[in-house]
Amino acid sequence: MAAQSQFLITGSVILSALLFGLGVVAFVFKRNIITVFMSIELMLNAVNLAFVAFSRAWGKLDGQLFVFFVIVVAAAEAAVGLAIIILIARNRQSLNVERVDSLKL
Amino acid sequence: MSNLIAQHPILIVSLVKIAVLMFIALTTLAYLTWFERKVVAHIQSRWGPYRTGPHGLLQPLADGLKFLFKEDPAPAGADRFVYFLAPFLALSLALTSLAVIPFGPKEIVILGHKTPLAIADLNIGLLVLFAITSLGVYGVALAGWSSNSKYPLLGGLRSSAQMVSYELTLTMSVVGVLLLAGSFNLREIIESQAGAHWWIFPRWNIFAGSFPQVIGFFCFFTAAIAETNRLPFDLAEAESELVAGFHTEYASFKFAMFFMAEYASMITVSCLATILFFGGWLSPFGQSNAWGWTHFLPTVLFGLAGLYLIWDGIRYETVFGKVVLPFLGIVLFALAVLFTFPGVNDFVQGPFWFLLKVLTFLFIYVWLRGTLPRFRYDQLMAVGWKLLLPLSIANVVLTSLAIVRFSR
Amino acid sequence: MTGPVIVFFALAALALGGAVSLILRRHPIHSALSLIVVMVALAGLYLLLGAEFVAAVQVIVYGGAIMVLFVFVIMLLNAGIEERTNLSRMAGLVGLPLGFFLTMQLVYWVAHSESQMNAAGIAAGGSAASTRDLAVLLFRDFVFPFELTSFLILIAIIAALVLAQKES
Repeated sequence: MAAQSQFLITGSVILSALLFGLGVVAFVFKRNIITVFMSIELMLNAVNLAFVAFSRAWGKLDGQLFVFFVIVVAAAEAAVGLAIIILIARNRQSLNVERVDSLKL
Repeated sequence: MSNLIAQHPILIVSLVKIAVLMFIALTTLAYLTWFERKVVAHIQSRWGPYRTGPHGLLQPLADGLKFLFKEDPAPAGADRFVYFLAPFLALSLALTSLAVIPFGPKEIVILGHKTPLAIADLNIGLLVLFAITSLGVYGVALAGWSSNSKYPLLGGLRSSAQMVSYELTLTMSVVGVLLLAGSFNLREIIESQAGAHWWIFPRWNIFAGSFPQVIGFFCFFTAAIAETNRLPFDLAEAESELVAGFHTEYASFKFAMFFMAEYASMITVSCLATILFFGGWLSPFGQSNAWGWTHFLPTVLFGLAGLYLIWDGIRYETVFGKVVLPFLGIVLFALAVLFTFPGVNDFVQGPFWFLLKVLTFLFIYVWLRGTLPRFRYDQLMAVGWKLLLPLSIANVVLTSLAIVRFSR
Repeated sequence: MTGPVIVFFALAALALGGAVSLILRRHPIHSALSLIVVMVALAGLYLLLGAEFVAAVQVIVYGGAIMVLFVFVIMLLNAGIEERTNLSRMAGLVGLPLGFFLTMQLVYWVAHSESQMNAAGIAAGGSAASTRDLAVLLFRDFVFPFELTSFLILIAIIAALVLAQKES
């Protein structure tokens, strides 16, 4: 029983790292703003999984509680971020990340 | 075979329960369409389906066959995968939500294994129901978008915006009940409503001791009607408005799936309303010995229905009706006799009251559909955000104040 | 290969498949659907790890509200299929190996810290966390962050309303 939960925790932690890496690859690779934003959500989800797994490992509930705060912050960020994306689409008529580079050198 | 059952008892028993519940649910869905057509017709002073089978009882079968044999085109330029996914998602989510509903208090024995009368008795049962309702928005939104056409897109967006807005009210109006019951487990919520005030008034949540959840029930039922896209909140799928809204481009079987999903959500929400506010499978009469005669109410009801069917069938016009209706009447009467046996009587009490209350709510749903006019979309959203949401939050505040004041 | 282990592998495969599909699909709506699959799979994993309330909240809030917002925006802005530009090819050429390297580093260090915790003899939690315990923790020890997050949501609502208004 303990070995089984040990396996679950280790597996979840490794899965969380893999998902985070995939999120980073998606962030770098994709050209649509909304997809890039979604990869940020994927990274946040991976971190949530790590929190829950470690909360189970420590036997305390603080990790699960922190997942709440991460979800709330992600919701607020998604709302504001999508509003900004709508404005960008209205002003530049394109959803390509490369068209929104006027702050670059 | 018995080895398989011995090794994985929960799995096999759950599969049996799922099969039985699916059969009952799908049949109820089909006959709910018949029920709605008959009731709306009688409200409008006409008869409804009358020719297909006695009293139109074979109408659902005829509709099902029609849906199977109709042509099933997909619009050009539609996103194939999402077009096929949307009705499937809507129907499967609507049927999954029936898994957490408890139908009765007693445990039954299936294949030698004692199990409660619900597929899954979860400690977070109510939250799972809300989770499935939240995911149900995708069926509508994706259907509207994938049809690659103006009216479905507008209808889908409007409909999903409406569903998301009323979801807030739906969940907030239930918090009062949760405060009173102290658990998300649906069975425990029902059990916390057992007993009666002053030996006459049942202690259901709508008459609850600390704070009667009348506002909560009102907000919940209105939000539920908006969630399931029924009249008076069905602007997004009404025939005279946006053609047919998000399911314009769907034909035959996929359209039938949306239809079934809507009725399945209706059934789920009616079950929820009875569980949360009206005591679920608790009888409105007390539990003491003075009320023992109420245990024979199922018998009386089924017996009367059977006798009426026999009498009506004998006088029916067609020969088919003269044979089938009395047969159905005899079946009902036999069930009534079966319910007098003590073991069966005990078992049948819970499900009988539960189903009676659910049928009452379904009747109210259909009654509202036949009677009220439609809301305009901006009126609909205004009611959702400016009236119902503040009301449900006020309900939470008042309930918690009442609990603190009257329970210490 | 007991039940929970099989379920874990199934859910992990679903989550990884969804994440890979997010990268490989060209249309944003398919990426959004893949992300929803990932979130539901993760909710299943939370259930396996004994966090039932968090699993339900994940599906309700993340899967039923945030992703609905994403899907709305994709539909409203009529996002089309992505193009493969020179920059994205270069990003792929350089970024993929680096991303792989980063992932392997993360996996190594996270598994390393987990095995160190195991060696230090910290006992894993047993039964599922009850909502009551979570509520007690939230409203007693963490009440200040709780109030702050409600403030944060208010700011986000006002910001979104102001930003998305029509030009007048």
